[in-house]
Amino acid sequence: MKDMTGTRPLRAVNWNRVADPKDLEVWNRLTANFWLPEKVPLSNDVQSWAQLSEAEQRLTIRVFTGLTLLDTIQAGTGAPAMMADAQTPHEEAVLANIAFMEAVHARSYSSIFSTLCPMAEVDEAFRWAEENPHLQAKARAVSDTYAPGADPLKRKIASVFLESFLFYSGFYLPMHWSSRARLTNTADLIRLIIRDEAIHGYYIGLKFQQAAARESDGRRAELKDYAFSLLFDLYGIEALYAGDLYDGSGLTEEVKAFLHYNANKALMNLGYEALFPPEACQVNPAILAALAPDSENHDFFSGSGSSYVIGRAVPTEDEDWAF
Amino acid sequence: MAGLVYYSSASGNTARFAARLGRPAVRIPASPGDPMPEAPGPCLLICPTYADGAGRGAVPKQVIRWLNGPARRAALCGVIGTGNRSFGPTFALAGRIIAEKCSVPLVHCLELAGTPDDIARVSAGLDLIEERTCSIPLITA
Ligand SMILES: Cc1cc2nc3c(=O)[nH]c(=O)nc-3n(C[C@H](O)[C@H](O)[C@H](O)COP(=O)(O)O)c2cc1C
Ligand SMILES: [Fe+2]
Ligand SMILES: [Fe+2]
Repeated sequence: MKDMTGTRPLRAVNWNRVADPKDLEVWNRLTANFWLPEKVPLSNDVQSWAQLSEAEQRLTIRVFTGLTLLDTIQAGTGAPAMMADAQTPHEEAVLANIAFMEAVHARSYSSIFSTLCPMAEVDEAFRWAEENPHLQAKARAVSDTYAPGADPLKRKIASVFLESFLFYSGFYLPMHWSSRARLTNTADLIRLIIRDEAIHGYYIGLKFQQAAARESDGRRAELKDYAFSLLFDLYGIEALYAGDLYDGSGLTEEVKAFLHYNANKALMNLGYEALFPPEACQVNPAILAALAPDSENHDFFSGSGSSYVIGRAVPTEDEDWAF
Repeated sequence: MAGLVYYSSASGNTARFAARLGRPAVRIPASPGDPMPEAPGPCLLICPTYADGAGRGAVPKQVIRWLNGPARRAALCGVIGTGNRSFGPTFALAGRIIAEKCSVPLVHCLELAGTPDDIARVSAGLDLIEERTCSIPLITA
C-alpha cells in the first residue's frame, strides 16, 4: 500500500457546510429551473413557420445555428475549464449543472430544427456556421481563454461575455418574432434559455468579483483593462456578425442597440460600470416587453403621477410576513 | 426629500446603484445576526429580486424582517424593484410584492446596478416625493 502522507485527501462535497451561501442559492435556482425541450409544444409553430418568407426562414435557422455553437463550446470546454478552477466542491457542482444545461440548450435548437425545418436547409446552416468568419472569430476569442494554462480570471471574464453578451445578437430574433405573434412557442423555449443564461452570467460574474477582490490593486487594474479591451474586440466582431445576419431585413441598427444594452449588463455582472451611453441603448420597447411578458413596466416618477400604481396580484409569502 | 433604505447581497448591484445616487442610504444587513437599522424617517426601499422559478421567495428574507417592524413600515413611502429582465415574468417581482403587501407605490424598476437614466429618474423622484407622495400615507397613518 502506498503511503498517504504528503498527498491531499480527495474531498466529498458536503452541502450542509457551505463556505459561500451563494453556491447553494444558485444551485437551488438552477435545479428549480430545470427543463427539457420536450416540455415546449414546438409543433404548434409549424403553421407560423410556414408563413415566414424563405429569407426569414434562412435567417432564423442561421441565428439558431450560431447560438448552438456558443452553447456547444460552453458545455464542452467553458464550464469544464472553470470547474478545474473551482475553489470548492460546491462551486464545482454548480458549474457541472451549468455545463449540463448548456448541453440541453444546444440540443434544444436541434429540436426546433427537426420540428420546423427541412434537413437540407439545416445542414446548409451548419456549413455556413463553420465558414462565417465573424461567428468563428467570436467563438475563437472566447475559446482561447478556455485553453489549459490560460488565466483563470480572464477565462471568467470571457465566459461572462459569452453568457451575457454574445448570445444576444441571436436572442434578438425570436424576441422580434414573438413581438409580432410569430413562432411564439419557440420564443417560450428561448425565454427558458435566456433565464438560464442570466443566472450563469450572474454566478460566473460573482465568482469573478470575489476572486478579483483577493488580488492586488495592480492585478485588478490589469483585469479591468483586459475586460474592457476584450469587450471592445468582441463588440467589433458582433457588429459585423449582426450586419451579416440582419442587413437584409433592415434590422441591424435595432440589433446593435440591443447589443449595447446587453454589453452593459455583462459588465455589471463583472462588477464594472457600463460602457455604452444611454442614447446607444434605446432598445425597441416591443423587444423589452417580449423578454419579460406580464411583468408590467411601472414608471411612477415620469408618469402623470397622480395615483398610486400598485402591483398586480402576485404570490405572497405569508409564513414570513408578520402583518 | 425622502430617505433611502436598500438591501444588497454579495453580488453588490444594489449597493453600487445606491452609492451612485450620492445620498445618505441605510443598508439592511445580509446577515440575520446583525441588528436591524431603523428607518431614516420617510423613505424609499430599494430591493433586489431572488425568486425561485415560480416567483416564490422573491423578497429577500432580511428585507421581510425589516418590513415586519411596524414603525419601519409606517415610514415607507414607496419601493424600487430591481432585478434582471432576462428572468422574464418575475422581473423585479420583489418590488411588486412589497408594493402590494405594504400598500405603497412601486415607483420604479431597474436592472442590475441601473443605468444613468435610472440614476437621473430616481434622483429627481426622491426630491419630488415629499410633496407628492409621502405626505399622503403619513397623514393618514
Ligand atoms: C438565484 C437568483 C434568482 C434571481 N431571481 C430573479 C428574479 O426572479 N427576477 C429578477 O428580476 N431578478 C432575479 N435575480 C437577479 C437579481 O435580482 C439581480 O442580479 C440583482 O441586481 C441582485 O442585486 P444585488 O447584487 O444587490 O444582491 C436573481 C438572481 C439570483 C442569483
Ligand atoms: Fe446556454
Ligand atoms: Fe449559459
